[in-house]
Amino acid sequence: MSAFAALLARDVRLATRAGGSAMLALAFFATVVTLVPFGIGSEARLLARIAGGVLWVAAVLANLLALDRLFQADYEDGSLDLLALSPLSFEGIAAAKITAHWLTTGLPLTIVSPVLALLLNLPVDAYVALVASLLIGTPAVSAIGGVAAALTLSIRRGGLLLPLLVLPLLTPVVIFGAGAVLARLDGIENGAIWLLAAFSVAAVLLAPFVAAAALRLNLSE
Amino acid sequence: MFAYANPKRFMELSGRVLPWLGAATAILFVLGLYLSFTAPPDYQQGDTVRIMFIHVPAAWVAMMGYGFVALASLIGLVNRHPLADVAAKQAAPLGALFTALALITGSLWGRPMWGTYWQWDGRLTSFLLLLFLYLGYIALWNAIENEVRAAKAAAILALIGVVNLPIIEFSVQWWTTLHQGESIFRKGAPLISAVFLWPLFVMAAAYTSLFFTLLMVRMRTEILERRARAIALGANA
Repeated sequence: MSAFAALLARDVRLATRAGGSAMLALAFFATVVTLVPFGIGSEARLLARIAGGVLWVAAVLANLLALDRLFQADYEDGSLDLLALSPLSFEGIAAAKITAHWLTTGLPLTIVSPVLALLLNLPVDAYVALVASLLIGTPAVSAIGGVAAALTLSIRRGGLLLPLLVLPLLTPVVIFGAGAVLARLDGIENGAIWLLAAFSVAAVLLAPFVAAAALRLNLSE
Repeated sequence: MFAYANPKRFMELSGRVLPWLGAATAILFVLGLYLSFTAPPDYQQGDTVRIMFIHVPAAWVAMMGYGFVALASLIGLVNRHPLADVAAKQAAPLGALFTALALITGSLWGRPMWGTYWQWDGRLTSFLLLLFLYLGYIALWNAIENEVRAAKAAAILALIGVVNLPIIEFSVQWWTTLHQGESIFRKGAPLISAVFLWPLFVMAAAYTSLFFTLLMVRMRTEILERRARAIALGANA
């Protein structure tokens, strides 16, 4: 097994087993979405209108949960130093960790999103747009989040700083992701999904390199 | 430029330039404010048009400030210039301040003009996001104790921000057209005539000059602080 696959498999296992973040992120996602009708009322038409936006915002927030430990846990117990000595480059480490984060957060969120969309009364013909936008957009969330996690790995309570760093950068993802769902509701074609795809591709391709630079500066003394 | 990047030479040079720069800022502000208040009231906006003279330059300097932070960060990363790191670090709070000033004056201008303090309009929204980018940058600097690491991490963040800023700007513009369509809160843009342009440009020069004056003061303070710390460490050892 290549070093990349080994690291990926290890991180996925850590996230999905007892004490891992995957289930917690899902539970968080579900509870946030459940809270929204209590806050704004249960009017079905209103909920249908905002379902895409609510699911997108909740998905981004749920992604943040697992981010702060993405590199930090390995940094604190020294695993990251060992990984740095492995045949894997820093770029490879970052890519494996970002991929593992997406597989255990973004992908499960995408899969359960139709169930929560049902609770929010989203019309069925918008489901494809919702799932497609999450499937295309959440890798960008993991990628940009991964860079921020690498930047903050040496900071105690870095998790508190992460949202401030990540959320402004993720504005385009939320805009285009929720915009794609709204466009489907309104029956218009506005290209949101393509803009989202373009952003996502760029973020996913660039993130490992930027995250690697951040890892290097944190491990060098 | 790099000849003056050595902190010692920077201190000498900035010590000589600073009084002149400060005086220029004061003169520009006096002249700019005089022109602002003697300009005739606008035929549509009346006296509230004068808010433009303190609002628009703040917005310009806020954007220029982020560009400056990013440029200094790039030089700091590539050329490993400690002075560039100091410049980036000290420019950021100033940029955040000018961004906040632009938002506040814009909000106060929006009330009489658009009938609301806040509107989810493209420019307002992207300025709010710019403020968050500044705050994130400052928070990252403060959170990392090791100064060399903090400088590099913050520099990477600033560069990500400057790449992302046009995309954020574009997405927000796209979003406002999607959600609002024809907005009634659009600035009824009268062609700005020369009576308004002059005060605007003088105020812009004054704000820019103020930015660099304060930046120089802050950089000098930071360098002196580092020296004092080094001396204290040496005395203890």
